[in-house]
Amino acid sequence: MATCFPTLQFHPERCDGCGDCMTACAQAKSGTDNRAQSRIRVMPAANGAGPELVLCRQCADPICVANCPSGALIKNTETGVIDWAGSKCVNCLLCTAGCSYAGIVYEAEVGHVTKCDTCDGDPACVKVCSKGALEYRTEARIFNEYADKEDLFCRGLAACHGCNSELLIRHTMRKVGPDSVVAAPPGCIPGMGTVGYNGQTGAKVPIFHSLLTNTATMLAGVKMQYNRVGRNVTAIALAGDGGTSDAGFQSVSGAAERNDPILFICVDNEGYMNTGMQSSGVTPYGSWTSTTPVGGAMKGKPTEAKNLPVIMTMHNCSYVATASTAYLEDYYDKLKKAIEVSKTGMAYLHVYAPCPTGWRFPSSMTTEVCRMQVRTNFIALWEYDPANGLHFTHPVERPEPVKNYLKLIGKYKHLSEEQVAHIQRTVDDKIGYLRQLTQVKAGIADPKHSSEPLYRQTPQ
Amino acid sequence: MQSKYLIVGSSHAALEAAAAIRMADTSGGLTLLTRDTHLPYSPTILPYVVSGRSQLDNVTLRDAGCLRDNAIDFVSGAEVASVDPAQSTVRLASGETWQYERLLIATGAAPSLPKIAGLADVPFHVLRSLDDAVGLRKAMQQANSALVLGAGLIGMHAAENMAKAGIKVTVVELQPFALSSYFDPKASAIIERTFTAHGVRMLMGRTLASVARAGERIAAKLDDETAIDTDLLLICTGVKPNIGFLKSSGIETDAGILVDDRMRSNVANIWAAGDVAQARGFWGGHVVNGILPNAVEQGRIAGADMANDAGVQPFPGAVPLNTYSFFGQQAISVGRSSGPDSEVVEAGSDGSYRHIVLKEGRLIGISTINDFVDAGIMWQLILRRTDLSAVKQAFIANPQLTGRQLMSQHWR
Repeated sequence: MATCFPTLQFHPERCDGCGDCMTACAQAKSGTDNRAQSRIRVMPAANGAGPELVLCRQCADPICVANCPSGALIKNTETGVIDWAGSKCVNCLLCTAGCSYAGIVYEAEVGHVTKCDTCDGDPACVKVCSKGALEYRTEARIFNEYADKEDLFCRGLAACHGCNSELLIRHTMRKVGPDSVVAAPPGCIPGMGTVGYNGQTGAKVPIFHSLLTNTATMLAGVKMQYNRVGRNVTAIALAGDGGTSDAGFQSVSGAAERNDPILFICVDNEGYMNTGMQSSGVTPYGSWTSTTPVGGAMKGKPTEAKNLPVIMTMHNCSYVATASTAYLEDYYDKLKKAIEVSKTGMAYLHVYAPCPTGWRFPSSMTTEVCRMQVRTNFIALWEYDPANGLHFTHPVERPEPVKNYLKLIGKYKHLSEEQVAHIQRTVDDKIGYLRQLTQVKAGIADPKHSSEPLYRQTPQ
Repeated sequence: MQSKYLIVGSSHAALEAAAAIRMADTSGGLTLLTRDTHLPYSPTILPYVVSGRSQLDNVTLRDAGCLRDNAIDFVSGAEVASVDPAQSTVRLASGETWQYERLLIATGAAPSLPKIAGLADVPFHVLRSLDDAVGLRKAMQQANSALVLGAGLIGMHAAENMAKAGIKVTVVELQPFALSSYFDPKASAIIERTFTAHGVRMLMGRTLASVARAGERIAAKLDDETAIDTDLLLICTGVKPNIGFLKSSGIETDAGILVDDRMRSNVANIWAAGDVAQARGFWGGHVVNGILPNAVEQGRIAGADMANDAGVQPFPGAVPLNTYSFFGQQAISVGRSSGPDSEVVEAGSDGSYRHIVLKEGRLIGISTINDFVDAGIMWQLILRRTDLSAVKQAFIANPQLTGRQLMSQHWR
């Protein structure tokens, strides 16, 4: 029995009211073009403003089902859909009294009640929506798959309120599983207690507190020893951006160049957040930090962030990808590949981790900030391997202006219009550059491709 | 015997309470006691069992597996004879006693029989239990004529079923028009006309003075001396809450068990919900609101409160509500059909009808025939006292569309 279900999501801001969804539904469900027979209804608001949606919400605790005297309505515990059985229905319409949103209504043309059945998990309305206003969200599968797996960190880790790094590492280690060894260099992740506190352990798998400078090297050595004694473990680093991009970079770079069989995850909160919010090499331009303050002369960080994940692709290691905790399905797909890859070569995951404490935004907004990073193209979600090159996994066709992201965050509060415009140009340039990379590498895997490969292939 | 949660009854209020308890307490002992001998079913399904549309073995709301999966003990054939709050026990008619920590009384209602001379000497039917339905269905098969006393929902449903089965039906109702608890006279007139057109004799404002055996048949006489001979007599003159077993229990009753907004009775650890409960009316007073959605809502509140669910929402007050299909047509009624200082707007054409009652810019009632409105949305607009001033004309012109727009807005 599943406990979490996929759902149809409506983005009213993208809907132009074209009604294609209703035509598609009527065709799928009644074989006509009569929109009156659609089970999804988009309409203008009563005050004339933007669209309203009338659709069955497939409630978890549905009153239509409770109101049904004949047992014709059942909440399906496998699919989450509220199923209607015509053979049992007596047309009493009491179900319609149980719904506050007209999700189940009497349809005169067919003489009984009708409701959305999500087209068995492949909704016709979503397929025809050219505006991206309807989305079928399937993240529920993650919960169903992993909820019963053991959380490999102990309870009571002392992360800040609203920290998504804790969410990330708990998710990650559920997926990686118990046959693993974790390296955690100085940063928020050990700081919250994962490497132990008060003489207690913080993780349920072997975990060691490496130095900022030697994490990748130590981990590669540990993995080599496990290989030598014949034990197959995932050697995984949970490092911050300081431990990866700055002091840790030489060992990460070396491991990547050697393609050591480890999984290195950089949790990027754009600075040294647990030691007082100092700037790091990946802190973006304009950010307030304690070492790039806002004053008469300095207006936040004067230089650009280096694009660490792109730099990692230049090492030609087996797998590189970026991820965001607001897009967990995307992350899980990448994590699955990375775990597999790390048996033989280096996998590098760069996960963006907005920090409510250090960046100054309300702890309730963390996931929204993560989401806006992607929606504005401030970060891009992509993956790379030497054979297939770089490609986007969640291309954003209509990015929002970057100012919509910046205004959510206190560390950008001081930015002038010129600075915002500059950041917008940087974002556009960065996306343009990534788009070019998707072109550059596309042909390399093709043996018929005549031009010289740009990068050396790792000998197998 | 003992059970942490003991529920007397097995229909909608009882089942919803059990579900709400299980949301908050997955393991505490939970027992349903019912005097009925069948698995849980809805009284609302009975007319459809009579007509044959629903099969007897296909009306169960919770089968044995479902009850087991939810760790609910189901004890049928168990009629409660008395409640002793001092000992926290209930005693069954069989003499068995059950100890409870929390007790829900959801015993529903039983047919209320009018005083009619000779009634004790003639065979007659009522329709409240599955056994009643089976008995009526069997009797129908031998009857050529039928007399239905009472033009409420059950009586009208039964009259329709019998007319469709080719029986010559007479409906006698004391009120001046049919379904007077739900519909205004104009709406009722449309319904009555439909019945008349299908050969049902509708005698409104009349009552039965006496009945007597006449061989295999029944000789009935109305208060105006009209004589009607009939093969079958069905009495549907309303129901009364099943509270007889509460005498000397100390539980305060009026028409039903008096409860507060969390369905608590005046006695500690005893709740009541559904057709047996008399709870706050949305427009004041305490009322027995014997409709299915009301039982569902009260059952949920009672169950949540019994299990100390912090999310329990107080009862917003009873609103009359019904949806009624007759001869392929639909009638819907939510709220009041009139009220002091209210404004009534009526519209209709070609057999459809709409009756909207507004007060101070807010909806207090709507009823329609062959003009579908979403009963759930109308109910919410009433309960939320949604201000319709800004959209009044649009609402009057198209309550379905405007209601949907407003509730979609509330969702965001």
